Amino acid sequence: MNMHTKIAAEKWVKIGTMDDIPRQGSRCISLGEKTVAVFRTVDDQVFALEDKCPHKNGPLSQGIVHDGCVTCPLHNWVISLATGEAQGADKGATAAYGIRIENDAVFLDIGTLV
Amino acid sequence: MTEKQKLVVIGNGMAPGRLLEKLIDQEPDAYDITIFNAEPRVNYNRLMLSPVLSGEKTYEDIITHSDSWYEENGITLYKSAKVVEIDRIAKKVTSKNGITATYDKLVVATGSNPFIIPLPGHDLKNVLTYRDLDDVEAMLDMADKGGRAVVIGGGLLGLEAAAGLKAQGMDVTVLHIMPTLMERQLDPAAAFLLRRAFEDLGIDVRCEADTKEITGKNGKVAGVRLADGTEIEATMVCMAVGIRPSLDLARKSGIECNRGVVVADDMRTSDKDIFALGECVEHRGECYGLVAPLYDMAGVIADNLLDGSSEYHGSVMATKLKVTGIDLYSAGDFAEGEGREEIVLRDASANIYKRLVIEDNKIIGAVLYGETSDGPWFFDMLKKGTDISELRETLIFGQAFQGGTPLDPMAAVAALPDDAEICGCNGVCKSAITGKITELGLTSLDDVRAHTKASASCGTCTGLVEQLMAATLGDAFNPNAVAAMCPCTDLGHGDVRRLIKAKNLKTIPEVMQELEWTTSCGCAKCRPALNYYLVADWPDEYADDYQSRFINERVHANIQKDGTYSVVPRMWGGMTSSKELRAIADVVDKFEIPAVKCTGGQRIDMLGIKKEDLPAVWSDLGKAGFVSGQAYAKGLRTVKTCVGTDWCRFGTQDSTGLGIKLERFMWGSWTPAKLKLAVSGCPRNCAEATCKDIGVICVDSGYEIHFAGAAGLDIKGTEILGNVTTEEEVMEHVVALAQMYREQGFYLERIYKWAKRIGLDEIRSQIMDQPERRKAYYERFVFSQKFAQVDPWNERVSGKDKHEFKPMAMIGLPSGSLEAAE
Repeated sequence: MNMHTKIAAEKWVKIGTMDDIPRQGSRCISLGEKTVAVFRTVDDQVFALEDKCPHKNGPLSQGIVHDGCVTCPLHNWVISLATGEAQGADKGATAAYGIRIENDAVFLDIGTLV
Repeated sequence: MTEKQKLVVIGNGMAPGRLLEKLIDQEPDAYDITIFNAEPRVNYNRLMLSPVLSGEKTYEDIITHSDSWYEENGITLYKSAKVVEIDRIAKKVTSKNGITATYDKLVVATGSNPFIIPLPGHDLKNVLTYRDLDDVEAMLDMADKGGRAVVIGGGLLGLEAAAGLKAQGMDVTVLHIMPTLMERQLDPAAAFLLRRAFEDLGIDVRCEADTKEITGKNGKVAGVRLADGTEIEATMVCMAVGIRPSLDLARKSGIECNRGVVVADDMRTSDKDIFALGECVEHRGECYGLVAPLYDMAGVIADNLLDGSSEYHGSVMATKLKVTGIDLYSAGDFAEGEGREEIVLRDASANIYKRLVIEDNKIIGAVLYGETSDGPWFFDMLKKGTDISELRETLIFGQAFQGGTPLDPMAAVAALPDDAEICGCNGVCKSAITGKITELGLTSLDDVRAHTKASASCGTCTGLVEQLMAATLGDAFNPNAVAAMCPCTDLGHGDVRRLIKAKNLKTIPEVMQELEWTTSCGCAKCRPALNYYLVADWPDEYADDYQSRFINERVHANIQKDGTYSVVPRMWGGMTSSKELRAIADVVDKFEIPAVKCTGGQRIDMLGIKKEDLPAVWSDLGKAGFVSGQAYAKGLRTVKTCVGTDWCRFGTQDSTGLGIKLERFMWGSWTPAKLKLAVSGCPRNCAEATCKDIGVICVDSGYEIHFAGAAGLDIKGTEILGNVTTEEEVMEHVVALAQMYREQGFYLERIYKWAKRIGLDEIRSQIMDQPERRKAYYERFVFSQKFAQVDPWNERVSGKDKHEFKPMAMIGLPSGSLEAAE
């Protein structure tokens, strides 16, 4: 993240409802050139990460979701859903985005992308 | 040289099985051996009936000697042949179905019969005993129907039966006439803990319960009535109140009998050419029902049959209860009495109770509950009459505590004397095991079992044997078999597979709960494995867990490094046509697919397809008749063929046709890892069948079936499974082999690794030599195919999982204007 994105204002957009995201699964949000992966855990927490593994840009949205993490489908890096950081011995982080749930509606903070 | 003597054995239980092993071991050509078995089977390990009843093992798992064993050793085995007459003058026996055999030496090993209390109603339908495999099968049949089982008898057998029936889903009540359970082996305190453990399993235990009548309705069991008037409804009654030596034959033949067939110390009966062995024996007034003494007797007889002069002097016995989750050990005499002292250790929070009974500074009895690892140590001192006065203060804390060393099980095993008994069932001492390990360079538990028999019967000493291996081999011991499946559990794949069946676990959350996963919902290693095991074990009941599949198996295509996918349609046996090729060309043009390539499995791969295009690509391919090639699956992939007799001047059989048949039959099946087949039309082997998971080489006389090849990370030629003569036989053998692998393989374990683990001979024996087993595997595969053979592409074209292929939302930038996609 650079300085520019850090000072950008929050900008919340409704992206759908909880029912759109499968438990222990993920859906993609197209943001122009970028894709954001929205994850839902087994206990219905929702997280958003850029759909890009810090290792070789693998699409995290296609990975297996477990215990607050997702395992990248390309080379099995394990990425924290909350922070975007690689777990274990691997080093690197992917961008994490704000998510808010209001009455079943899911909002994504795209402000940081502007 | 005189002519070979004739040995006839009546009965084919565990004791005669051991006798034959010892005899053949010492002098294979001493006798012409004939054995009569009243049961329609080979010799199996009766100790393991309880795991069969609870579902933790199958009959096949507990066979000691298969048909081929008898054949190889030149033994004539008559099954379903109950001997009804011994003519001691003519030295001849006759079976009920008219088979006769003459003998020079005869061994009577007729075993025992379960004792049936002659209560009113004991002859109703569904009053069962618990003695042999027929009983277990009858109980399993009843358990399928549900309802309540009443087990009469709270001894070892009764409790194992109760736990097994409970595991099979029945409601169970145990009725025991004495005030405490297993009163012959346990003191009241241990019996109390045992009772509580059974009650925690959900089993209703009633002591001092005097059954007066089994009530019936339409000739079947309806319930039982107790002396105090209590009535309990039941669909089945299992009597497990004890055994009686089976004497009729011996008595009728004029051999001296009392409670059992009376033998002297040399194990000869009143007729010097007739020995008696096993549970039918009475020696010095004692009858034995546990396996260790029977094996001791077998050793004595084997020696005496070879002109030895061995003597049997009776046995002291230790008992272990084989109920998963309950650790119980008892040995010797533990009644209170004058001059006896006891040492007791209790730990209520850990449910541990240990009691030693001491007389004249010697251990004469031991009862251990909850923590039994010191059992063999105490038992060893008990048998040897070791003076324990020096150890007295710390004795109860166990062997590892002596000398103040930490409680390390390895240290405890290392400290055992060489002649300490490790395996009670087979009487194997420590030095016999360590000796074989060093002499033969054994490194796996199975090898140690095969060479020493240690832990090969009831299996409760397995832990000790492994510790002994670790102590002997040091770093060279690689207990790979017990490597944990993933960081979420300490259990290995084998244990997990076994427990899924044993505990009837049918969903991933259930497995994680019951097997105490340390994470809330597993990880990317264990979830796909569990998903496969459940699909393989419960094909009709388990609903595939989509989120536990790798992405390739979720979207039925292969993910590439840039996040696009590749698609490979099936080309049956590698055959294609202009129509198919044209359809592929059209799809490539329409979706601007950047790369098209021939695969190593004789099909065409289209690479670089965007995920959102996948359903449309499949739709077009489907219209041309293509289904998914499952090039992504841990399942059946390709069946590579050559052109065989259709075109080739060397072809011996229709290899193409056979390959297509195999592929059409087996497609869609999930396997532990990918499964690639090939069929070559002649030994020139153009389809390269000898490096495949399963390969067939056609020859003039039929088909040579190969398996366990590899041409990836490892390179390995196949092993020969066997030869068959017709295509139908090829199908049955190949499918049965695949099913055996499906049931036993660990997730991601290719067939060659599985075969190495299981043993090639074992696989050949099961698939080639045991037609009933082979057919059973085949049938189970066919059953699971009913649920597996659905084309995943067609399903998705029809709308299944459509969320997978579309973004949830498309958000325009930079204005932030929002267009929802769905």
